[in-house]
This record gives sequence, structure tokens and C-alpha cells, in this order.
Amino acid sequence: MGASVITAAPALAVRALHKRYSDVVAVGGLDLEVHPGECFGLLGPNGAGKTTTIEICEGLLTPDSGDVEVLGRRWSTDERELRQLLGIQLQETQLAEKLTVRETMGLFRSFYDRGREPEDVIALVQLEEKSRARVGSLSGGQKQRLALACALVGDPRLLFLDEPTTGLDPQARRQLWELIGELRAGGRTIVLTTHYMEEAERLCDRVAIIDHGRAIALGTPRELVETLGADHVVEFALGEVSSLSTDVLAALAGVRSVRGSDGSWALTVGELHVALPAILAEVERRGATLAELRTHSATLEDVFVSLTGRHLREGG
Amino acid sequence: MTASVSPPSVSRPRRGLREHPLTQLVKVRFLEFWREPEAVFWVFIFPILLAAGLGIAFRQRAPDVVKVGVLVSEPHAGALSDAIARDSRLDVLPLDDSAGMHALRTGRIALFVVPRAERTVEYRYDDTRPDARNARLLVDDAIQRAAGRSDVATVRERHVREPGARYIDFVVPGLLAMNLMGSGIWGVGFTIVESRRKKLLKRLIATPMSRAQFLASFILSRLAMLVLEVGAFLGFGILVFGVPARGSLGTLVLVALTSALAFSALGLLVASRVRTMEGASGLMNLVMLPMWIFSGVFFSASRFPDAAQPVIQALPLTAAADALRATLLEGASLSALAGELGILAAWLVGGFTAALALFRWR
Repeated sequence: MGASVITAAPALAVRALHKRYSDVVAVGGLDLEVHPGECFGLLGPNGAGKTTTIEICEGLLTPDSGDVEVLGRRWSTDERELRQLLGIQLQETQLAEKLTVRETMGLFRSFYDRGREPEDVIALVQLEEKSRARVGSLSGGQKQRLALACALVGDPRLLFLDEPTTGLDPQARRQLWELIGELRAGGRTIVLTTHYMEEAERLCDRVAIIDHGRAIALGTPRELVETLGADHVVEFALGEVSSLSTDVLAALAGVRSVRGSDGSWALTVGELHVALPAILAEVERRGATLAELRTHSATLEDVFVSLTGRHLREGG
Repeated sequence: MTASVSPPSVSRPRRGLREHPLTQLVKVRFLEFWREPEAVFWVFIFPILLAAGLGIAFRQRAPDVVKVGVLVSEPHAGALSDAIARDSRLDVLPLDDSAGMHALRTGRIALFVVPRAERTVEYRYDDTRPDARNARLLVDDAIQRAAGRSDVATVRERHVREPGARYIDFVVPGLLAMNLMGSGIWGVGFTIVESRRKKLLKRLIATPMSRAQFLASFILSRLAMLVLEVGAFLGFGILVFGVPARGSLGTLVLVALTSALAFSALGLLVASRVRTMEGASGLMNLVMLPMWIFSGVFFSASRFPDAAQPVIQALPLTAAADALRATLLEGASLSALAGELGILAAWLVGGFTAALALFRWR
């Protein structure tokens, strides 16, 4: 099962984590284990407790109860040492606008006892041309890459990235994915949060799906999709309400599960070439008309929907 | 998936003073200040403009001529006007009753003289106004002399107009103290609140950065800026207005240093918890406004009631303005300034301790 074959001591171990804000439970009993060298994703909708979880792991928040061990150390006793070993990218940090990229890197480099040349890290995140430009003049994607560079300049053993591509346009997102992919290929241990299923699928060795402060599924993206027992999803809507029912659809050849009502349906199916003709024939037989028809390969999004009945982007 | 735990990268230890975090933090403070044209204006240009304006408004002049009115419709007005006009310090305007009263109300004349009969006059004036009382004395003197009164005592006069006693000499040290307060509280406060609002503080404490060094960088950069700030402003006052600098340079440096540190500590305290720029603005004005009024920048703080004096004297701006005045104008020794320096040191230590205890990093 992928990277989890590694049996070394975990880079990050979280046990029975709880955190509440006044009357809202942000994290309600979370267990995680991240292995050295893997890229681990916390996938969930906004408000699922991902940021609270990662900030507790980063030593920026204290949990109400539970146990966090980072690189075999604890925040309560080894904070100074841990700060030297971690690279952290927070959600929505605005770096000083009046400083240049090079000056910002110089500042962050100075905080670490050991680290990389600022120029090397600037080159790594492809900002050489912007080295002398003010932070305020950078685009959103460039700012995000600079934030990543700030997290990398101390040559961290463990990298935390909180929503690294939120708010970026597709091109800037892909560029950042390539960078993170290179870091992962270089064997760096990475923990990231995201509410983009493509991001989790593309970047992560293993993913924990988080909802309401709990991990509701854990595994490689492949394993999680396989839990659906189907490779494809067929979504269709009928022109008018007909007598088509869940039971009828579930009985069709190749259909594994059915969700939906009022003429709008989402079916997980094993083999598209078997299920689709059967569905169309059934629609035809009932004299209904098809208003919409979409099919796609099953994704983590479908896993989330099948587990919670909600979509990732709907918020929490 | 390769399982190489140590990634291939060229890591090296930090080296040299240039890569020291305190050096980098102070450098960043400087760069951020110099790249903010507005900050440069308020710290360096504005105080000089203010001093120049006040210097021109209160410049040394020949003694003022006092304008007085005489009611022309009365029979003895002509003789009376001539008698008053003999005093070169008085300027007589012949006016009718309504014009005279209007001129008096609007302050165009200080005194309205109404002849009632031979050797009987009525003075109309506002007895709470110093210039009106002055006009009454001068006019009365002129009229009494014309009527035949003679002086019985012999007096001699010697006029003393020395640098150090003029309004500009009083106001320049006060403005300097006010400037130290402004750049300390605004300079430190706004930068910190802005960094907190942008979550930069939170990002910084996620690194191994020492929090003490972060706060110290504000103090150190203030000190370096201080040399330029005090130099430019005092240089202007001394060269252009001839404001005296009678105390030693060492005393001046120590007073300016202690003041700047005390105000920076106050800036840290003000900024220790606020999250928004609006909140910071309000709080800073709340802290500074009483000092602008009570601390004797533009006029002597001794004008306020005795009961309020202990509080006024304990304000850092009062201490800073008084100490700067004493060293510049009177050449006071360090021991003579012990009281003011003590008050400033107390604000420095108290402000810092409270700021560190209250400081919110996120």
C-alpha cells in the first residue's frame, strides 16, 4: 500500500486530538500518522477543521486534549528545536510589501541556524527574474511561491502547507503543483491541507478525508476511490419527473450505487459500456427525455459525496 | 516512491553578522521606513515646516502699535485725539458710535474712548483682554499728561531681547519632544498592528525567530533614526532661528535617547493587542491627545491648575519637553535633569514590561 510500507518512526503522529472554539467543535477526536518521505494530504471542505489541525501540529495552537508528536518531539518541551526543523506556509499570510523578494528571503534565512542559500531557493520556486521586485508587485501565484520559498529556506525536515493553491488561477495552481511534486519526488516529508480533490489526487501519497473535525477516510487516492467499488460516475437529469426510482436504477446492469431524486441522478458504475446502454434503454422504455448526461472517472470528490452526501466545495 | 529521508539540498550554517537575525530585522525596519514616503514626510519634513510656520508667526517685531477709537461726534474729540496721538505706540481712529462699538467687538480696536465733557472721558473695553488693558493704561497716561499731570518718580529703562527667551526658543524643544513621541508611537505602533493584521506576526513566530529580537529591532532602528531626526530638526532651529544649544552634546543625546526609548515602549504597549488599523489609530490618538494639550509643547504647562500638575508632570511628553528645554536653553546639567530622566525611564521600563506581558502575536 504505497508509501505506508515504510516502517520508520512517524514524522508526525496525532492521537485523539480535540479542539473547540466556544461552542464550535473544530477538531473532534482526530488520529493521524504521517511517514517520513511521504506527502500527506488533509482533504475536506472549508470549516472541516483542517487548518485548526495543521496549526496545532505547527505549534501555533494548543489542543484542548490529545497528543501531537512531530519528528519524535513535543511542542511543550522541544519548541526551539522543532522550529528549526519545520518549514511552514500559513493560509493568507501577507509578506511585507515594501521588501523585495531577495530581502524577504534574506530575512527568513537569518532565522535558521542551518539553511539554504536564498538565491538557490528563489531559483527553486522560479522567481529569479523577480528577485529585485517588491513583494507588493508580485502576482498571486508569485506571492504563493515566495511563501513556499520562505518555508523552504531553512531546509526543513518536515514541510507544512496550508491550502497552498487556494485563490490561484489554474495556470498558477499547476505551476505550484509541479513545484510541490518536485519536492515530493526529492523525498521531502510534506503535510498539506486542501479542499481541491485534484490537488490531493495529484500530489498526495496518502489522503485523510476530514469532515466535522474527524478523519472519515484514510488511504492512497487509489484506495479511496476503490472503496466506491466503481470506476465511473454517471450523472443525468430527466426533462420531466418520471416514475424512475432508485430501486429500478440500482437493478440495472453494471450499476453499483444510486443517489438522487426528482429526476436528477448520480450513479456509480463499474463498466461504462455496460451501464450506460442499460440506463439509456430504461429512460427510453419509460418514454422520458434526457435533459443532461455526464460521465467521469470516479474521484476523491465522489468518495467525499458518497461518505457525506455533500460536495467538497459546498463548505462545511 | 523513493524513501530517501534526507532530501538532496545544499544546506549550510548561518554565518557572519550580515546574516544575523537582528541585523536582518533592523535592516528590514529601515527599508520599510524609507520606502514609505509619507512616513519620511511626517518624521522629517513636517516638524520643520511646523517650526518654520511658528517661527514666522511669532518672529521678533518692533513693539506693536495699539489701535484705539475716539467718538468723533463729541465736542472735545479733536483735542483728545491729538493728545492720544502724541504717544507713538497708539494709533487713533475717529469713529461714530455704532462703527466704534462694532470695531471694538470685532477686535479692530482695543479701546473706544468716549469724551463725556471737559476733563471727563469714558473708556469702553474688554477688561479680560491683556491688549485692551494695555491700551487703557497707555491712553489714560496720554490723556492725564495732556491734562497736566506730571510724574513724581524718576525711572530709567533698559531693553533685554535675548535668544532663549523668545517664543521660537520655547517651542522648538517642545516640537522636538512631540516629534519623538509621534515617531515612537506611530512608527512602532502602526508597523506592528499592520503586521498583525496581515498575519505576518503569526508567520514570523512560526519560524525560529526570537521574539525578543523582533521587538528589539524596533528599538534599535528607532535609535539610528533618532540621530537623523534630531539632527535635521535641531540643525534647522539652530541655523535658521538661532535657537541656542547651551547644554552639552552628551546631555542632549542622553535626553533624546531616553525620550525616544520611552515613546517606543509606549508605542509597543499601544500596539500590543490591537488587531485593526482603525483601532490602533483611535488608541494612539487617545494616548497622545492629552499630551499634546497638557504637556506644554506650545505653551507652558504651568498654566494648568496646581491640582493637575502632579499628573501633568508625570506625562512622558512633559518630561521630554522640559528636559530638552532645560538642556538647550539653560544648559542644565545631567543631575539637574534627574527628575525628568527618571520619569522617562519609568515609562520605558513600565511600558516595555506591560507590552511584553500583553503582546498578542496573532
